[in-house]
Amino acid sequence: MNAASDPGPALLEVRGLSKSFGTLRALQEVDFTLQAGEIHALLGENGAGKSTLIKAVTGVFPRDAGIVRLSGTEVALRSAKAAVDAGIATVYQEVNLLLNLSVAQNLYLGRQPTRFGLVREAEMRRNATALLAEFDLHIDVAEPLGTYSVAVQHIAAIARAVDQSARVLILDEPTASLDRHEVEILFAVMRKLATRGIGVVFVTHFLDQVYEICDRITVLRNGRLIGERKTDELPRIELIRMMLGRELAETTSERAAAQVRQAGELCARFEGYGKTGYVAPFDLALRRGEVVGLAGLLGSGRTETARLVFGAERADSGGATVDGKPVRLQSPRDAVAHGFGYCPEERKTEGIIADLTVRENIVLALQAKRGLAKPLSRSEQDEIAMRFIRLLDIRPPEPERPIGLLSGGNQQKVLLARWLATAPRVLVLDEPTRGIDVGAHAEIIRLIRELCDDGLALLVISSELDEIVTYSDRVIVLRDRSHIDELEGEAIDISNILAAIAASSTIGAEAG
Amino acid sequence: MMPTMMQRLLQGRGLAQIVALLVILAIDRAVSPQFFDVRMQDGRLFGSLIDVLNRGAPVALLALGMVLVIATRGIDLSVGAVMAIAGAIAASLADAYGLPLALAAALGAGLLCGLWNGFLVAVLGIQPIVATLILMVAGRGVAQLITEGRIVTFTASDLVWLGNGAVLGVPTPVVVVFGMLVVTGAVVRGSALGLLIEATGGNARASELAGIGTRAMILAVYVWCGLCAALAGVIAAADIMGADANNAGLWLELDAILAVVIGGTSLFGGRFSLVLAMVGALIIQAMNTGILLSGYPPEFNLLVKAAVVLIVLLLQSPRFASAGAVLGRARQ
Repeated sequence: MNAASDPGPALLEVRGLSKSFGTLRALQEVDFTLQAGEIHALLGENGAGKSTLIKAVTGVFPRDAGIVRLSGTEVALRSAKAAVDAGIATVYQEVNLLLNLSVAQNLYLGRQPTRFGLVREAEMRRNATALLAEFDLHIDVAEPLGTYSVAVQHIAAIARAVDQSARVLILDEPTASLDRHEVEILFAVMRKLATRGIGVVFVTHFLDQVYEICDRITVLRNGRLIGERKTDELPRIELIRMMLGRELAETTSERAAAQVRQAGELCARFEGYGKTGYVAPFDLALRRGEVVGLAGLLGSGRTETARLVFGAERADSGGATVDGKPVRLQSPRDAVAHGFGYCPEERKTEGIIADLTVRENIVLALQAKRGLAKPLSRSEQDEIAMRFIRLLDIRPPEPERPIGLLSGGNQQKVLLARWLATAPRVLVLDEPTRGIDVGAHAEIIRLIRELCDDGLALLVISSELDEIVTYSDRVIVLRDRSHIDELEGEAIDISNILAAIAASSTIGAEAG
Repeated sequence: MMPTMMQRLLQGRGLAQIVALLVILAIDRAVSPQFFDVRMQDGRLFGSLIDVLNRGAPVALLALGMVLVIATRGIDLSVGAVMAIAGAIAASLADAYGLPLALAAALGAGLLCGLWNGFLVAVLGIQPIVATLILMVAGRGVAQLITEGRIVTFTASDLVWLGNGAVLGVPTPVVVVFGMLVVTGAVVRGSALGLLIEATGGNARASELAGIGTRAMILAVYVWCGLCAALAGVIAAADIMGADANNAGLWLELDAILAVVIGGTSLFGGRFSLVLAMVGALIIQAMNTGILLSGYPPEFNLLVKAAVVLIVLLLQSPRFASAGAVLGRARQ
């Protein structure tokens, strides 16, 4: 299973690949090398560029620069189909097969064995049974695919890809919805394919699985290649550092500047707050003028904590108090009424309302809070919109422009304005700098500090540890959907956070 | 200069619809020279133009409710059936109990129908097209049960007046539509409802997270749609002085949806315009009336309607407008 020892051309070689969406540079000169017969992990947080890399390589969308070589020959793949024909198959987390057709039909869809134009069902079923037997999967191939588990569906998708003479197999988060036993079955298939000389790219956020099965690891962060290592030469803490942290020296000086703040009075407290199977009960105190950072890997329970706090999910244990009074946060509406605001990570699907104007997007939460009967007059709306456009330097400064036409950074500022207009007590920011170009990135961080100085309580989630370290007064570290550590004052630095994340993380792995 | 002006005109909100309406009226005038003649008779205005307004009233009322439903990214297929129910109730009660009670019962039934649809969509989360299909089918059955399969006629003069009377010379149905437009406009644009409906339709998840009670919003628009449909049903029944459960409001849900779409409200929800939905209803009725006057067999109506709808939708589409601009530039 080790990488091929002979130094011939790599199976798949990507050099200097770049891709931008508007002003956002999603990939910058990324290199990636896959050898025949290896299982290669492609790692990075959300927005690191994993999916963009896969899609640019497989021709789902064109790349701006860079070359792709397959066994030493340069290829220009212009569509997903061209990639399949060239021998690169991709299986996504959501299996794109037809669940209402039989397993056999799915395996041979579009290339059924025929005689006189008629599909030879019996032959197709025999072939399908034989094909799946190679993967130690013995099932009735005449049954609809949908009747089988997700693991079987994944293996069917893989079998179909391999049978179409795939040499490179890309698996995008295949284990996200599988249980431990199903993961074992899938891993056995992956190992078998590797021994046949197929190169497997494995995208996942389960680090234990990476250490269990992968030969080599490539890490991306913010669209850049951070490094490529052999798995057995890369300690776990070093891997997490590659995924989350920048160099330590860069951030310590900034940290000092943020330190002078005084923690204010308590404004919201959550005790034993949790939801079964979602996030384990936690205690959380939010004080005026204080930034609490939530740090952890993807899937560790950061966003889940934010959604519980904001009432987007209902807690089934514990209680919350705001200004000392017990409150029930059953819905975002309740939370807004108590002075909470929430900028979600998924800005496009959960944040902006693309067709509405910047003005309408800004006044939305305030209007919802005031209720139907107290509409903001047009002149009030104009005043609020212009005030925040100036305050946050939203560009272009046109309140009547549909927000969908703004850049990511400016959309994020509009969402901040939406909540600031409600004069909130507590603001929850989930990845506020995700997908934002460098200039706006620094501005958002500056805004976070200013808001805090104005007495707001902030709960901020970020995959960028140096960012968290820069503005947080306290950092809560999460792993496997529970709060495992809390750092304060001098203790807040990247290495302490990394140590907390990495410590004994094999234990809770199966809870995933 | 010309192409940019052309582009701006084509993209101007409502211009395409108003131009389309004027063109159709001009064609109507061409096939029927007396089309614009309006005369006063028995204290009521008569003429083809008045006829367009009067005949268009039921669809206009349906469109008034439908436009709000569509703005939330929903659809209500049951409005035709709700018309039949309301008409049947009003016709059955008018002679015995008088107009106020008949009207209240009919509108109450519309309200309940709307609540039912809203419950299915907002609370149970059923897809609007499926949820309202249930009442579309069942509602006509309910109406037939009410009329016991017969055509129920009535003579109560105040109910007849609702369909055939006039206020200051203007036919009552037209006055009712205008009144409902003003009321709906005042409620929707006078409060924050309009903005919150557009937000809900534009992105329900984001709206929920912004603290909007999206369920209440959705429930409210279906209730209003049911109410509008019931009123349309009463007027349709009053017009023919009877309730025909089999045919009252038949297929009118499609005309109402068409009116809304012609009026520029996207089936994907979001932005909506009450006035343009009314213009859409008028466009449909102006075509119907024009074809009747022209002496062509009414079968042509459907084909002509399809062609006009296609043209109006093309005129509205931004891609078409920009294509026009590109052509214009190429010609320079």
